[in-house]
Amino acid sequence: MFDAILENRLLAAILVVIAVPIVLVGYIYLVEFVVGLFRRTTAGRIRPWLWLAPALVFLGVFLVYPTIATVIRSFQNRRGDQFVGLENYQWFFTQNDTLIALRNNVIWVIFLPLLVVGIGLLVAVLVDRVRFEGAAKTVIFLPMAISFVAAGVIWRFMYELDPKVGTLNATLNAVGAEPRAWLVEQPQNNFFLIIVGVWLLTGFAMVILSAGLKGISTELLEAARVDGANEWQVFRRIVFPLLLPTIAVIGTTIIIYALKTFDVVYTMTNGNFNTDVIANSMYQMLFNNGQPGRSAAIAVILFVAIVPVMIVNIRRFQEQEAVR
Amino acid sequence: MANRTSRWVRLWALLAVAAIAVAACSSGGESAAPGGESAAPPASAPAGESAAPGGSPAAGGEFNCENVGGEVSVVGSWTGAEQDSFLAMVAPWEECSGATVNYTGSRDLAAQLTTGIASGTLPDVAGLPGPGLMKEWYDQGALKPLSFVDFATYEANTPPGFAAAGKASDGQLLGIFTKAAVKGLIYYNKANWQGGDPATWEELNTTARGAVSGDQKQWCIGVESGAASGWPGTDWVEDIVLRQAGPDVYDAWVAGEQKWTSPEIKAAFETFGDAVANAFGGSNYIVTTNFGRAANPMFEDPAGCLLHHQASFITDFFKNEAGAQDGDFDFFVMPDINPEFSGAITTAGDLFGMFNDTPQAQSLINYLLTAEAQQIWVERGGFISMNKNVPADVYPDDTSRRSAEILAGASSAKFDASDLMPNAMNQAFFEAIVAFVQNPGDIDSILSNLDNVQADAYGG
Repeated sequence: MFDAILENRLLAAILVVIAVPIVLVGYIYLVEFVVGLFRRTTAGRIRPWLWLAPALVFLGVFLVYPTIATVIRSFQNRRGDQFVGLENYQWFFTQNDTLIALRNNVIWVIFLPLLVVGIGLLVAVLVDRVRFEGAAKTVIFLPMAISFVAAGVIWRFMYELDPKVGTLNATLNAVGAEPRAWLVEQPQNNFFLIIVGVWLLTGFAMVILSAGLKGISTELLEAARVDGANEWQVFRRIVFPLLLPTIAVIGTTIIIYALKTFDVVYTMTNGNFNTDVIANSMYQMLFNNGQPGRSAAIAVILFVAIVPVMIVNIRRFQEQEAVR
Repeated sequence: MANRTSRWVRLWALLAVAAIAVAACSSGGESAAPGGESAAPPASAPAGESAAPGGSPAAGGEFNCENVGGEVSVVGSWTGAEQDSFLAMVAPWEECSGATVNYTGSRDLAAQLTTGIASGTLPDVAGLPGPGLMKEWYDQGALKPLSFVDFATYEANTPPGFAAAGKASDGQLLGIFTKAAVKGLIYYNKANWQGGDPATWEELNTTARGAVSGDQKQWCIGVESGAASGWPGTDWVEDIVLRQAGPDVYDAWVAGEQKWTSPEIKAAFETFGDAVANAFGGSNYIVTTNFGRAANPMFEDPAGCLLHHQASFITDFFKNEAGAQDGDFDFFVMPDINPEFSGAITTAGDLFGMFNDTPQAQSLINYLLTAEAQQIWVERGGFISMNKNVPADVYPDDTSRRSAEILAGASSAKFDASDLMPNAMNQAFFEAIVAFVQNPGDIDSILSNLDNVQADAYGG
């Protein structure tokens, strides 16, 4: 009977929509019922754990277990029936292709946050002074609503070699220049891919920085101006230092984006023309080459690279919480 | 008030218990279904050997349709008109066997079946993306051997080389071919090519290079194809290896015993590089132009090129992408390069394999091999039969009839090399083509990189 219900997708969807909240609410009542059986002090001690339990179970099943399994898998051979020590890692650091992917990720990590935060800050500061602030911000924020894959497809048309299709080459054509193969010419093609990320993420940085900017009290700025500071000095000595915690949070978030970048590269070049990145080579290694061991090793390397950034991010967050 | 609250509590508790029961039942149902934790074959398949074969072993010969009833799930790469033709092909079988075919068309068989193997939800019968993945899936225990097929009859009815390409390394038959494609055809626009059918590669080049004028080039080439970019170039190199170095080198190369840096393979890349140097648009154009639009300049006025090298499927693209009409274009088979290996052609075909050994699946596979079944699709068009017993006069158009004749008359028909290689090798070959077209001067480093992949990919 349940098989029949699950086969009907609409019924299954309705079942999920109704049953899941019921189960969750039911769990809460069950917990309270169980807790009610204990004395007040004991109840106080076990209640948080029982409330937390579902979340902990989900975390364990969907996050902790896969992470541990991936780490173990990365030390195993292709079939997963034998431990091979560090062979998969050794492979990663001796292949020309993977080293190029690593190099490209470094380029992404340096330039994506720099451009996103830089342009985002510039726009946030500038639109703060214009009349049509809302409209200007909306236009820049709009690409945020587009998925990375869709952005990749859109920008493939932008970079298309044929001037009848490619916007950039049509522009070059109009001024009488030769069309260029933007995604093919190395090494600048990496930057043309990064620009897609910048286009998508600048709006995000701008909105948060703009909010930070509004939080700086005007009295402070006025006082500085009265003391004879010019606009640059006001920005450099007052606005920028006050925005620094916000910039750090955005910067680390974008660094994580840059480290795990995949969609743009996969849809636009699939790693050809020396534009491969770690996440794409991980995908290819698993789905095209059938090498789960090596793929797991790449995943672990990516994970290890992201952990320090995460720690910085969480520290920042805790500091801000402490200030509040 | 308190009373009402406690009533609500009781009601909610009742609902919650009911919901938990529902969840428990449905998850119970799931765990009874095939669990695909390991790479082990899905447990839902009954012990295959004990199941009675649905049809008599009649591969391609007389097929005795037994009434087996039930149903069989099929996943294939065919959608749209091709899906209709496939369903028309199996309709007589459904009638006589009493079984129902549940067909799903998928554009990405490799991804769908790879995830299907991991999760344990697999169709009974499926189209397979290529012999390379077929062998890997058999080694993982997912694909079942087709021991019920009468191999001798099947092989006798099929062009040389095909039947064996569907075997595993341990000699078990895993995949059967029904639909063929002839590769290595050279298409031209009738309005621009007056060279006839050249007998040799040299004659072709001399004629073509004498005929081009102005900005016109000999070839139209485009190798972009999304995640599979480069494959049209692999077809080029394969055709050249077969005609320049011969079938033995070709086989050794497929088997991973011929190094990429060997003089034979390097010479093939260089011959391809010569064509690239004489192709429309230059290297940046070639690596960014989709294979489907590659031949468009051939149909423009003035034409950008004279010739286009591709498999028989490309005529659809001529009509839809370049606006050409039937009769605007014609083709000849890529001519011999070394006369010693005269008459060799490259081909491809659609494979079928079995993931669940059921009587229905066995019967369907035996039915698909018959000339009667394949003739149904041949008559509907767009199908070149692997079965030699399908008469030539049932082909509805000239192109497919000639392709069928080329297939039947070839001295040596070789299956697409890159499809036969392990998937990692295949993928590296694709990427190498893109790199080579872009920088032909890097040939040595590109080939030695392929040697590294070769040493690695065939290990297992």
